[in-house]
Amino acid sequence: MTRIQVTVDGVSYSDDVEPRTLLVQYLRESLGKTGTVVGCDTSNCGACTVHLDGVSVKSCNVLAVQADGHEVTTIEGLATDGELHPVQQAFHECHALQCGYCTPGMIMQAVDLLNDNPDPSEQEIREGLEGNLCRCTGYHNIVKAVQQAAKAGVTS
Amino acid sequence: MIPAQFDYVAPETVQDAIAALAEHGDDAKVLAGGQSLLPILRMRLNAPGVIVDLGRIPELQGISEEGDHLVIGAMTTYAALLASEAVSTHAGVLSKAIHTVADPQIRHRGTIGGALVHADPAGDVGAPALALGAELVIAGAGGATRTVAADDFFEDLFTTAVRDGELLTQVRVPKHTGWGAHYEKFVRVSHQWSIVGVAATVRSEAGSIAEARVGLTNMGSTPLRAKAVEEALVGRPATDEAVRAAVASVADGTNPPSDLNGDSDYRKHLATVLTRRAVLAAAGA
Repeated sequence: MTRIQVTVDGVSYSDDVEPRTLLVQYLRESLGKTGTVVGCDTSNCGACTVHLDGVSVKSCNVLAVQADGHEVTTIEGLATDGELHPVQQAFHECHALQCGYCTPGMIMQAVDLLNDNPDPSEQEIREGLEGNLCRCTGYHNIVKAVQQAAKAGVTS
Repeated sequence: MIPAQFDYVAPETVQDAIAALAEHGDDAKVLAGGQSLLPILRMRLNAPGVIVDLGRIPELQGISEEGDHLVIGAMTTYAALLASEAVSTHAGVLSKAIHTVADPQIRHRGTIGGALVHADPAGDVGAPALALGAELVIAGAGGATRTVAADDFFEDLFTTAVRDGELLTQVRVPKHTGWGAHYEKFVRVSHQWSIVGVAATVRSEAGSIAEARVGLTNMGSTPLRAKAVEEALVGRPATDEAVRAAVASVADGTNPPSDLNGDSDYRKHLATVLTRRAVLAAAGA
């Protein structure tokens, strides 16, 4: 076991983990942060996307030990004081989800995209979300939601 | 799937990392950004006893300029390379190629050194490294370092000049300031591995090609440099007709794989088309 100290959604945790523990497993199984889901388990689908030190990563493709001493933000850490994050609100208003499984990762990647480029074109939104798969084929409304959030001037 | 059990060490200097590799020998595997290694471990295609994580070694990070070279630490991420004006200015074809790698999340973690040493023939950094004449600095026991030219670095499928117990520490890239650049990648779906890719960088003079460098992705067991095409392009005008003729033989002597994405002959045809497009785009035509 290896001792790690990680800040997740603003709270500091210290735990012993097996080195082979994936970050997503640690978040879900040790911390109960089940808002972050496992989709493909092959680093393709992006459902498990979280932020590590402020940038998006696929948490099924990072070891928990690699996050030692670092800061993680999950979908559960986006809302503040019960208010949805503007990207969450835009996904709600634009009906940017059907089954909802890809949504946590989509939202985390959309926030990363807007942090990097606050005024993206439609093409830049599609390219920025290329690592996130929606199998309900709901991309159209997802893109609209990101456009709406961008108009609202999202910064995290 | 989760990986088989392993022990984990995270050294803070290159020498400590090399000492860890010496201690554990064949049982050790180096972890760079992990974007290829972790899927391999999860699918249990490999089950090393010890993982040596290079993520906590500051000297392996970053991009600097030394005279007419860019010096890139092996653990520099794709995202850092894409954000670097020095790289886009002096090694444009590397920026262009990296922009096509996987997706933003992977580019936040994946490293140039990890990709080069993994040496997947369908990976996108080998061809620009060849085209730019990069030099690879390899550290070994006792603080020894040696430098290997990109032309001599890729030995076979997933096999490079980095020997057991050694680490790639730096990528030195001769500046190609003012050269046009393009990476033409053929894939069927977004963020797929290259079916074929072509890295081209061109120095133009008075409307014709003064010098050209061309690297090929996934046209054999290693990335390849198309030296005969480079020579044939010199002095040609950057027109479709002239470039088409100069690149017609680009697939000669290559041995690309046949798989579900296309057979070997299809890849050879693709290489001629993509090389023409890449060279013309690099020449600004």
